[in-house]
Parts: sequence; structure tokens; C-alpha cells
Amino acid sequence: MTATPSNSLLEIRSLTKAFGDNQVLDGVDLKVTEGTVTTVIGKSGMGKSVLLKAIVGLLEPDGGEVWLGGNRTFPRRKHQPDRMASSFMFQSNALFDSLTAFENIALPLREVTHLGRRAIAEKVNGLLKRMELSDAASRYPGELSGGMRKRVAFARALVTDPKIVFFDEPTTGLDPERKFGVFDLIAEYRRDFGFTALLVSHDIPEVFSISDRVAWLDNGKIRFEGAPSDIKGEVETALAGFLRRGNNKASGGQESGGKLI
Amino acid sequence: MVRTAGRFALGGIRELGEFTGFLVSSTFCYLRQRKRMEKWLRAVHEMGVRCLPIILFVGLFTGLVLGLQGYYTLVKFGSESALGAAVSLILIRELGPVLAALMIVGKAGSALASELGIQRNDEQIDALQTMGIQPSGFLVGPRLLAALFCFPALTAVFDLLGIFGGYLTGSVLLNVDAGVYWARVFESVQPKDVTGGFVKALTFGVITIGICSYRGYNTHRKASAPGVRGVSESATRAVVWSSISILAADYVITSFFL
Repeated sequence: MTATPSNSLLEIRSLTKAFGDNQVLDGVDLKVTEGTVTTVIGKSGMGKSVLLKAIVGLLEPDGGEVWLGGNRTFPRRKHQPDRMASSFMFQSNALFDSLTAFENIALPLREVTHLGRRAIAEKVNGLLKRMELSDAASRYPGELSGGMRKRVAFARALVTDPKIVFFDEPTTGLDPERKFGVFDLIAEYRRDFGFTALLVSHDIPEVFSISDRVAWLDNGKIRFEGAPSDIKGEVETALAGFLRRGNNKASGGQESGGKLI
Repeated sequence: MVRTAGRFALGGIRELGEFTGFLVSSTFCYLRQRKRMEKWLRAVHEMGVRCLPIILFVGLFTGLVLGLQGYYTLVKFGSESALGAAVSLILIRELGPVLAALMIVGKAGSALASELGIQRNDEQIDALQTMGIQPSGFLVGPRLLAALFCFPALTAVFDLLGIFGGYLTGSVLLNVDAGVYWARVFESVQPKDVTGGFVKALTFGVITIGICSYRGYNTHRKASAPGVRGVSESATRAVVWSSISILAADYVITSFFL
């Protein structure tokens, strides 16, 4: 299938998901262009993580379509071509406690690719070195600091050379200095590895420094989509209200022309 | 009343179907994965090493107690020479498979349910899925197949230690002739008894490791509370249901073999 209606790497059309009576996603439309970092912002409980999980298939959406790299991944086709390389970085890092940092990073290569032991070791050691984790290679996640665990999770997300990486609140639980460290890391490795990223983050406005596009998810819909610089002009809108209130007390937004959807 | 009973029965059938599907898909997905032998050996090592000390200890003491109780019962009828037969048959047919399985569930099964529950809560299972690794095939399949080896092997160890324990109390402590004790053991134990014991061990292995895996893996759906409480609930229920299943399955299998 190469029938993605646009040249977006990721396209979501009218995605819906409800948990009982709670309509979390109510027709979400979003496009992510190759090589960009798109950040989804919104109040807690507005379904940002649900959106990411629905895109990668961890949650089954109720309706809509998800297109990844020209392939429709939801609803699934019977003889769907192999999914393009994508990876997911979890809020909790989701590292395996019984595996060392090296083994955690090597896991997807060992289980999914046909690379030999030596090639895997070479690749993982290279990443460990670039992430300044060489000394931590044989240590278990429980023996690492929060920042180091984050970097191990990041290395694991990058080790398969994905075209798109999904980040679910990658800076949760980190102090301000480490938050900037993680954002710098994403920006740096995006330059080096050239991946596309879709982020969910609460760190406003810090996250804008690495974002090419921002999408505001509110009441189950994307209500704003545009460049971070566009947001500054929207002072009278509900989005600005949301930003001013530090994303805790966003109200139902007023519609306006231009960038608000 | 009838409606409630019907709903309960339907729920039970649905659960049983889901459980069976989980076991089958875990096994098949595991068989399609790479480095199967390595994963299986690691699971055997985990289950075997974790349980061997307790199996040795409980097996020996079960035999010691059986020897003691058996002797004082048989001596009333002047049949203390049948002690070897009594101890070995009780152990090989019944107590060995049942007690060994209960010990393995207590030791390895509860740990397995907790481990999978924590991995579920910590999104490690989701992480496997996003990496393109089928999670139940990776985490559950090797353990299920390891149970097929570990349960019979540990049951055999339990039986042997138990029979030796019976010898220690019967012959060394209470002066039953050692030659008679061992002769009665070899005379009375038939291949059918050994086969029956192993069939039980295999069945208990699949059922209990299946239940523990199923409970832990589905902590997010089956437990009534999230987080740590959910994990502890999953582990408790896994052990309780496994123990009940062992006794129920024991009755069914015994009725076939007698």
C-alpha cells in the first residue's frame, strides 16, 4: 500500500477511542512530516498517551485510520507489508530489571533482527559510547541513576535505526536540569540519526525548543496544530489560556480563525 | 437465581476459553521465536534451581513422617514389613506429585505471577510489543515448556528423597529390616504407578504455571486494584487457584488410573 493521501510519514484520520462512557479520542486528525519533531500537548487525562498507544497498536482504537510510512496500520489489512521501523520510549523507561544496560539495549536486535553476536555487540557498544554509558554497560537498571536509565531507554529506542520514535512524556520525574538534558539528547540524536519524532510532553514551553510542530489535544480533538512560534500569536485563545495556566486548568477553547482547529 | 448461575457459568466458560487460548498462543508464539533453547534452559534453570532446595527438604521430611506414621499403623497388624510398599506407593502415586507441585507453586509460581504483574505495570510487556517481540511467547512460552521438564523431574527427586526418608525412620530408627524395606519398594512399585505419577506431574505443571502466568500477565485486566495491590492480588489468586486446580486434577487423574 502506498496510498497515504499526503507525503506525511504518519497520518491519523478521525481516530476515536472511548473507555466506557469516557470518549477520550473523538476524531483525532494529525499529520507528522518526515524529519520533524511534533509534540502533543494537553491537560493530564486528555488522552495524549492513549493517542500514542493507539498509534503503535498497544490500544485498539474504536474507529479511524492510522497510516505509517504509506502503510495502513489501523484498521489492519490481512496482507499488510512489514511495518516500517518505529520505536517507543515509555514514560517509565520500561527497562528489564533482570537484564544489564547492554542486554536491554541489545534485546530488540537479538530478538527481531538477523544480526550476529559480534555485529550486535559492535552496534550496542557504539551507542553506549555515544550516550556516555560505556561504564554502565554491565550494570542493571536498579543500579543506575534516573538520567542514566532514561539514556539506556533512549538507546534501546534508537538501536534498531527507527524512522519514527514515539516518546511518552520522556522527562517525567526529572529535575529541570535533567529535563533539558533529555531534550538536548533528543535534538542531538535527531540531528545525528535523522529520525522523526512524536512526543507527548507536559514541559511547556521547554519542549518547544526542540519541536517543529505542536499539536494541542483537548476534549478528544486536536484543537491546534502548527509551529511553536505560531502559538505566541494566539494570546487571546483558549490555547494561550491553557499555556498560561500551566496546563492544569484549561477551559473549553474558543474557536478562532487561523491555526486553531 | 437461575440467571445468576447462568451468568456465572458463562463467565467461567469464557475465562476457561481465554485461558486455553493464552496457553496455546504463548506456546506457538514461543516456538516461532529465536534462541528457543537458550530461553528454555534459562526457564528450567530458574524453576529448577529455585525449587530444588525446598523439594529436597519437604521430600525428605514427608518420607520421614510417612515412615513413622506407617510403621506405627502397620505394626498394630503385624505388617511392618510392608512399610516400604506403603511409603513408596503413597509417594509415587499421590503425595509426590501433589506436594511437589504445591511446593513449586508456592516458590516459583507465586514469583512468576508477581514478576509478570510487575512487568505489566511497568509497561515492560508493552515495550516488548513495540519492539516487535510477541510478549507471551517471549515471557510465558519458555516457562510453560520448562514446566513440562521441571515438574516431573522435581517430582522424581521428591519421590526418591521421600522413599529414602521412609527408610531412615523405618529401618535406621525403628529397626525394620533394610533388605525387606527395599525389596518391598521394588516389588510393589509397578510401571503404571510411575506413569500415573508423571502424568499427574505433567498436568499439574501445565495447569499451575499456566494459571500463574495468566494471572500475572493479565494483572491489568483481572486484578480489582491497580499497582502494587493488583500485583499482590494476582500472586495470591494464582497460588490459590493453582492449589485448588492441583487437587481437583489429582482426583480426576487418579480416577482414570485406578
